[in-house]
Amino acid sequence: MHEMSLAEGVLQLIEDAARKQDFSKVSTVWLEIGRLAAVEVESMRFCFEAVARGSIAEGAKLEIIATAGSGRCTQCSASVVLSEPFGACPQCGSYQVQVTGGTEMRVKELEVV
Amino acid sequence: MCTTCGCGEGEVKIDGTAAHHGHEHVHADGTTHSHAHDHGAEHDHEHGAGHGHSHAPAHAHAPGLGAKRMVQIEQDILAKNNAYAKRNRETLAERGIFALNLVSSPGSGKTTLLCKTVALLAGQAVAVIEGDQQTDLDAERIRATGAPAVQINTGRGCHLDAHMVGHAMERLGLKENSLLLIENVGNLVCPAAFDLGEAHKVVILSVTEGEDKPVKYPDMFRAASLMLLNKTDLLPHLDFDVDAAIGFARRVNPNIRVIRVSARSGEGLNEWLDFLRDGLAAADAAKQETVDGLRRRIAQLEVQLQRSPP
Repeated sequence: MHEMSLAEGVLQLIEDAARKQDFSKVSTVWLEIGRLAAVEVESMRFCFEAVARGSIAEGAKLEIIATAGSGRCTQCSASVVLSEPFGACPQCGSYQVQVTGGTEMRVKELEVV
Repeated sequence: MCTTCGCGEGEVKIDGTAAHHGHEHVHADGTTHSHAHDHGAEHDHEHGAGHGHSHAPAHAHAPGLGAKRMVQIEQDILAKNNAYAKRNRETLAERGIFALNLVSSPGSGKTTLLCKTVALLAGQAVAVIEGDQQTDLDAERIRATGAPAVQINTGRGCHLDAHMVGHAMERLGLKENSLLLIENVGNLVCPAAFDLGEAHKVVILSVTEGEDKPVKYPDMFRAASLMLLNKTDLLPHLDFDVDAAIGFARRVNPNIRVIRVSARSGEGLNEWLDFLRDGLAAADAAKQETVDGLRRRIAQLEVQLQRSPP
């Protein structure tokens, strides 16, 4: 459900940029969404299409750059690749793994006309 | 949607009235647009640098218009919410208010626990913001305890955001050194992503739910600093494995603190109240430090003024 709010947030950033940088149509939007960010990409696409209707971003293509999840084991300091926001350290088996990357939710750039 | 302050589409209500009134802008080129706003006392909206109302007309063709170009944005999708949260946090810090964002599934016993907390903290100023999709039943329950409460109805929304909470804070007229308890919409997913300006998120898990909820809904348990394991008076009647639940929570968040509580039997409530009192003392100390710092700065400036010739 909150993908709708996030999609509205994306559209706001686009509309703010349009005022500042004087463009009237967006053809492509690049989003960086970490694999550990609480965002369902397909739902995001669906919601963005809905909120962009009638705006300068109507019909814009959504390109999603998925960044990998990473963590650090606080017991043995190993770097851990995470596919979920938690996991066991492959080196020592501990669950004391702090997430260090992959929670990004950013609008990176736009292709505009 | 108001593109200026990020207001929703008119479905958000605070104590039954629309959070915003509409107003209309006339642009330099003669076009008008209206949008919803509620300029409550003291709450001015974040007008970004680019928000003048003299929009350049879209037909002002610059050379090369029609050619595609790239525009770097590099902004967090939640930037707007985070800016409101920062403002809320500053308001709270200035006044030494300790604010908590209470999150859980529906039915975890949040409101009952809040009512009990308010009653036990007699003498301490407490205010409550209640979030639900519909009805003001929860705010009514809190008001019955004597604490001021406002109800935010999010309409179709599944979480509170920092902008709604900012408006609710104005309506509450918060007291200095008070405790602000924000009961979020019952939902273990979306509220994790939205900072409201609170000191901590507190997640409430009741023992009538599954032990494995922390790993099923990891984002929320990762975002929280404290887990209240609620309704422990029911444990004798259930197969709930407390150690397993705490183990799952610590897998997701190694640093999460856990307090076992029961609003009915009173178990753990002293530890919970100590947590609140510690937070209140820290908020007051931080405010005092700021005030003392400002006083020192004023004294320094006065000395400088006296030294300089008139």
